[in-house]
Parts: sequence; structure tokens; C-alpha cells
Amino acid sequence: MVAIFLALFLGYALLEGSQRGLAATFANPVFLGQANLLNLTRSIGLFGIFSVAMGTVIITGGIDLSVGSMFALLGVILAYLLGPDKFPWPLAVAIIILLAMLIGLFHGLLVSRARLQPFVVTLCGLLAYRGLARFISSDQTIGFGSNTGFELLRTLATGSIFNLPAPFILFLIVCAVMGIVLHSSVYGRYLYAIGRNEEAALYSGINTKLVVTSAYVLCASLTGVSAILIGFYTNSISPASHGSFFELYAVAACVLGGCSLRGGEGSILGIFIGTAMIQLLRNIVNLQGIDSSLEFVVMGGVIMIAVSLDQVLGARRRARETRVDVKGAPAEPAPATRN
Amino acid sequence: MPEPILELKGISKRFPGVVALSDVHLSVSPGEVVALIGENGAGKSTLMKILGGVYQADEGSIRVDGRDVKIRHVADAQKLGVSLIHQELNNLDNLDIGGNIFLGREPLSGGFLRLVDRKKIAEQSRGYLAKVGLNLPPWTPLSALSIAQQQLVEIAKALSTNARIIVMDEPTSSLTLTEANRLFSLIAELKSAGVSVIYISHRLMEVNACADRVVGLRDGKNSGQLPKSEINHESMVRLMVGRNIDLKRTETHLGDPKKRIEFREIISPFFPSHSISLDIRQGEVLGLAGLVGAGRSELAMTVFGITRPLGGEIVVDGKAVQVRSPHDAIAHGIYLVPEDRRKHGLIISMALRENVTLPDLWRYASFGVISYGSELRTAEEQRKKLSIKTSSCETLAKNLSGGNQQKLVLAKWLSLSPKLIIFDEPTRGVDVGSKAEIYRLMRSLAENGVFILMISSDMEEVLGVSDRIAVMREGALTGVLEAKDFSEEAVMRLAVAPVHAKEGRQMPGQAIH
Repeated sequence: MVAIFLALFLGYALLEGSQRGLAATFANPVFLGQANLLNLTRSIGLFGIFSVAMGTVIITGGIDLSVGSMFALLGVILAYLLGPDKFPWPLAVAIIILLAMLIGLFHGLLVSRARLQPFVVTLCGLLAYRGLARFISSDQTIGFGSNTGFELLRTLATGSIFNLPAPFILFLIVCAVMGIVLHSSVYGRYLYAIGRNEEAALYSGINTKLVVTSAYVLCASLTGVSAILIGFYTNSISPASHGSFFELYAVAACVLGGCSLRGGEGSILGIFIGTAMIQLLRNIVNLQGIDSSLEFVVMGGVIMIAVSLDQVLGARRRARETRVDVKGAPAEPAPATRN
Repeated sequence: MPEPILELKGISKRFPGVVALSDVHLSVSPGEVVALIGENGAGKSTLMKILGGVYQADEGSIRVDGRDVKIRHVADAQKLGVSLIHQELNNLDNLDIGGNIFLGREPLSGGFLRLVDRKKIAEQSRGYLAKVGLNLPPWTPLSALSIAQQQLVEIAKALSTNARIIVMDEPTSSLTLTEANRLFSLIAELKSAGVSVIYISHRLMEVNACADRVVGLRDGKNSGQLPKSEINHESMVRLMVGRNIDLKRTETHLGDPKKRIEFREIISPFFPSHSISLDIRQGEVLGLAGLVGAGRSELAMTVFGITRPLGGEIVVDGKAVQVRSPHDAIAHGIYLVPEDRRKHGLIISMALRENVTLPDLWRYASFGVISYGSELRTAEEQRKKLSIKTSSCETLAKNLSGGNQQKLVLAKWLSLSPKLIIFDEPTRGVDVGSKAEIYRLMRSLAENGVFILMISSDMEEVLGVSDRIAVMREGALTGVLEAKDFSEEAVMRLAVAPVHAKEGRQMPGQAIH
């Protein structure tokens, strides 16, 4: 995956080089200009947080398609809380996160207790929350305008810390924490175990229903955090389009990062790189002045190429593993113990 | 000696890094039943896959009817009259019987529409079904059939391709004794019709019952053969492992008679009209016999908390314990070694280490973060103790052989503090060497005060390993045999007794008439 990422990066440098001349590109690439880098890392941060959230449910073998609609619904509610209703911002944030967690709990219970398919449950969410957002706001765009009283939130979404965009820093923190949770904690091991074989996990005494439910709650609460950041980033929320398709950016980032939609696979590093690749792609499309209506064509194409490449490389890796496997097999009736 | 119908000469097959077969010979006469025996990994399946066209041999020749042939595809094998019946059945259970028999060779009608001619399928299927003794209409959906009946469908399919050589790979691994006997009489019929059978099995008693000649494979080489007169248990074990294995029962040392585990009127939701009361004494291995579908695994699942009981309680040393989930069961030291280890026992795409520590992961963690070192120590300890043959604790469970996978399932539980271990078909698909090790382990656990309940459909195993045998039928306990009353007949009497009316209910297909 890293190799593909670098290839993409280099490919882009060459593309730019072919237009402006290699020397000029390397001397002063637009792409590597400070403004663009800030822009790029900010969007990586904004999209990364909920991609990691998506990763946790994908690892259990589930999916959450309602993310984008949750952005719209939570964004609208947040705008009301901070705008006309004049809630203090910490309370508003708490309400938003709590609401998000309730939605996650609802999804999680439907998946783990009622045994509905995650795709179906969250697809209904995708439709319902979007509709609810439009209804609450009477389909009007509402914004935070230049209201004051919550500068900290605005800084977290649009400001910088140590010359780095604040969302990117937040994303790094989320990655660090979730990296430990997924890769070193008991809970993380349970998530992978369930993703690989839920029944065997149950037979090993894992409370699979609780773990699956909690994965949806965790996913939704990070989604709630993202909803606040993205709301402030756009500063106004058009309920019909705000955040639409964002869940698919997250799924794409996870898939590019090595998650399997069958569950049980994937890593934080992978999701980080996956998110970076997708944002890089959008950035390139932008900078190249490619017609923005073609953006999805380019992205779809590149993701497909990357995943296919990974499949080919992966097949080779599996072949190597099988070789080890076969080697292990005859070693198994060890001659020493035979007589 | 008649001209052999099939001769494999000097077959060698190398996979990268390993020689799977070297210079293997096998010849089969028309109407002969040749048993091919050997431990897991001895090369039986590879040899049969070469015969069936799945693999190509690197060296050696295959002769059918005295003529050299090349088998490059499965279709080539079929044309030559070779048919493989795999261990895992390859039937499609969303089709009906006829559809399975003629899969890929469906008679067509309707001209260019190329419709499947169901009438013709039904007509032609009937003949083959009659031959294998399966009296069901060809349009019976496969999903309504028992595994034994599905097996008969596979054989009917083989006959429909005019097979003259049928290879059966562990055909009885999921059959009950009566079903297996039916299979043997079918093999005898095939034989008298001139069809040759290559029979692969770990169950030596069966080989004894049906083979005309036994050919042994060991580490990819011929290890000898036995004519009919010399086929017996010891000689076959020698052929497979090159040494004798003593399966004789050691003396039982019963522990404190007050220490016992009692199931008091446990009602599993699968059989709500029957309750099971059973006690297990310390120091003994209690066998649980019965036909497939007798409710033994269901009882195990209920005791282990996979399904909640409708009533009853488990009493450990006089104290009743509540089991609502496997988590509870494990907390009380009640463990299950499930029948299907790849599906329930292990997470096969995880490493040995991760599988061992999974049931009690919190023990290896501080503040929820797992310590790799302490995990590895336990895993390593268990690997050595159970002599799981692999190079490291990071080997994925799926890359272990059947016997070693079963030991890994045990390692999971032995790293905790077991009170009661329920073994559900502990040696299914396990080679003879590992089998003996698993028996020894059960015995030593029992001697160390662990209560052992062993569910088994293998008569040899039930009679050879248990100290007492409980027998179930259709969700009810029909009796408990003491060691002095052990015999195959006694067990079968309890397992099937109220004759065919009850047995018929297990074969839903028959209800259709």
C-alpha cells in the first residue's frame, strides 16, 4: 500500500513536471507549496477521523453507511443549539456526541440483537437522518455565521497549531489512541476475532453482542466529533447536500488501507494512508484544473487500479504463505517422534 | 490375477519446498476394493487428486485398461471413468437431487432456448437412485437430505458418469454406524458389478470390513500393502505409523466419590419435551453415544451456554451454577471442544498464540493493553506441553494439520483451570498418531480431577476410551452402561431401539411420499 502511495505521489510530480518542466516543478512545486500542503493536511484530518471510525465497524465485518447523513442531522442540530437557542458550547458538544452515541447504540442493537444486516440498518439510517435534517431545518441552509462564544470549536476546525492544521493534529491523536485500542488492547483483539469468525469468538467466551454494539457506538461517537469539525469547516449546513457521500470516502479509505469488507482485516496505518491517498487524489484533480464533474471518475478509476494492484501483490504474498504452509506439512509427522 | 484396470507407476509430485509424493505405485483390479491408508499429510489426497486430474504428476505414468493415459483435467478423468467423492461433499444444496446428479451435464430441451429438461433428469435419475438404494423422488431438494443421503447422491452421480473407478475420501466421517453399514453393502454391490473402489479412511475397523487389499502410504512413499488375509488393526497401524500404538484402556482411578458434576433435568431448546439428568464422576471419562441427530451436541451447546436451557441446572460439587452464555460457562471452568473446530473451535486466520489466549485475554493485559510477552510465554508453554508440531507460536491455525488444530483447541482450555471439558467428536479427521495422544491427554486430565464428557459417534472410540457410556436418542437419555456391560450391540440397542419409525424421522426426505 505504501509503495502504491509513493508511486501515486511520484506520478503526480511527473505529471506536473510534464506541464511545467521537471526542473521548475522540483524547484517550486505548487503541490508542495505551503498553502496547498496546509489545505491537504487539513482535509486529511477532517476525513481521517471518521474513516478511522468506519474502520472499527468494518473490522467487525459491518459497515456504517449513515455517516454522511449523520453529519447533516448533527450539523443542523448543532447550528440550532449554538445559534438561536444559545446553548453554551460545551453543553452543545456534549449533546451532539451523546446523540451520535445513541444513534450508534440503535444501529448496534439492531445489528447484534435483531441480527439485521449492517448494510441494511445503516442504509435506512442514511435515508432517514438526511430526511430528518431537512425536515428540522425546513430544508433551509443554516450556518454559524460570525456568531461568537465558541471560538475554540472554530479554531479546532479551521485553525492551526504549531503551523499544522488543528484537524490534522486531532486526527493524529485519534490515530495514536485508536492504534493502541485496535492493535494492542483486549477490545481490539476482540474486534478482529469477531470480524474473522464471530461464532468461534462466541465459543471462546467473548460477549460478541456487546462488543459489536460497542463498535457501532464508538464509530458513531467519532462521527459526532467529525460532525462538529466538518460543520465548522463549512460554517454553514445545507441539509440536502452537507456531508453527502462522505461515508463512501471513508469506506474507500478503509478499503485502500487494506480493510476487507468481510471483516477481520485492516490497520490504523493503512486507514491513515488510505485517507491520505484519497485526499491527495482530490487535491490533484483540483490543482490540475480537471473538470470537477470528473472528480469521481478519476477517483473511482484510481481506487480500482490501486485495489487491483494490491490484489495482484496480495495473491503473490498468499502464494508465498502457502509455500511455507506446505513446507510445514511434512515437517509435521516429524520423523524423530515416529520410532 | 486379472489385468489391472488402473495402474499408477512411479508417481512423484513436488510442491515448492516439499516432495509430496515420491515414486508411488498403486494398481487396482476390476471389482476390487483397495483401501488407501496413511496419516494426514502422507500424500493420500495428493495421489487421488492426480488421479482425478486436479494436479499433474511431475513424474510417473498412469495406465487405464493397460493403456498409458494423460489426465490433465477433471473432465479427462471422467471420460476414463474415474470419479472422486470428496471428504467434504460437493453437492449444491439449493438444487434438487436430480439437478445435482446431472450438474453440468443437464439434458436440454426447447432448442435454442436450452432449457433444462426436468422430465428427462427425473427419469434418468430414478435408475441411479434405485441402484444406490435411495428411495426418494429426484425432485427432493438436497437440503432436506441427511448427510448420508447426500453421500448416496454423490455416488449416484458417479454412477451416472459411468464411473468404473470410484475414489471415496473418508466417506463415513459424518455417518452413523447404520448409515455406514448401508454404504458398505453398496460398496459390495458396486464390486459385484465390476466397479473398483479406492477407499480412503482413518477408521481401521471399516477398512477391515470392506477392503480386499490395503495399501499404505507414509511420508509420500509406499509403506507396504496387506492382502485380505493379513488385514487387522495392528498390521494397519504399523503400515501407517511404522510402530504399534497401544490404545488399550488403562485402569480408571475414581476420585472422591462426593466430587461430581450433575446435570439436573436440563432441557435444551432443541428438544423441549425431554430433560436430561446425568452425573459425571471425578476420574472417569463419560462417553456419550448416539446417532447423529440424537441431541448430544445440542446438550453440549446448552451446558456451555451457546443456547439457553429451558430448565434445569448444572451442579458442581454440590453447588448449582448459572450458565447463560459461554462467558459464564468458562468462568465456571466448563469448556467445550466443539465438533467443528474450524468453525467454532478456532479462529483459523489467527496465530496459534492469539487462539490460545483468546478465552482469557484480560489475564495477559494491564489496563486493557495486551502484553505480547506474557501471551507468548503461555502459548509457548502449551505448545510444548501438547507437542503441537509447528515451528512457532505465530503460525496461523489454518496452517496446522487436523490433529494439531485439535490440540490447539485443547491448549486454549488447558491454559485456564478446567473443571469440566466436553469433547464433541474429539478425533474426527485426526490421524492415528494424534488420536492416541488426544486419548492419553483425556485420560491424564481425568486422573488429575477434570471431569470429562466425550461425545463420539466412533464406536471403536466410545467403547475403547469411556469408563461409562451414556446413550441418547432424539433428545432423550436412553441409558447409561457400566464398563462390564460394554458392547457394540448394547450401545446400538439404546441408540436405535424403538426401531425404524423413529429413525425414519431423521430422514425428512422420506416424509414426502
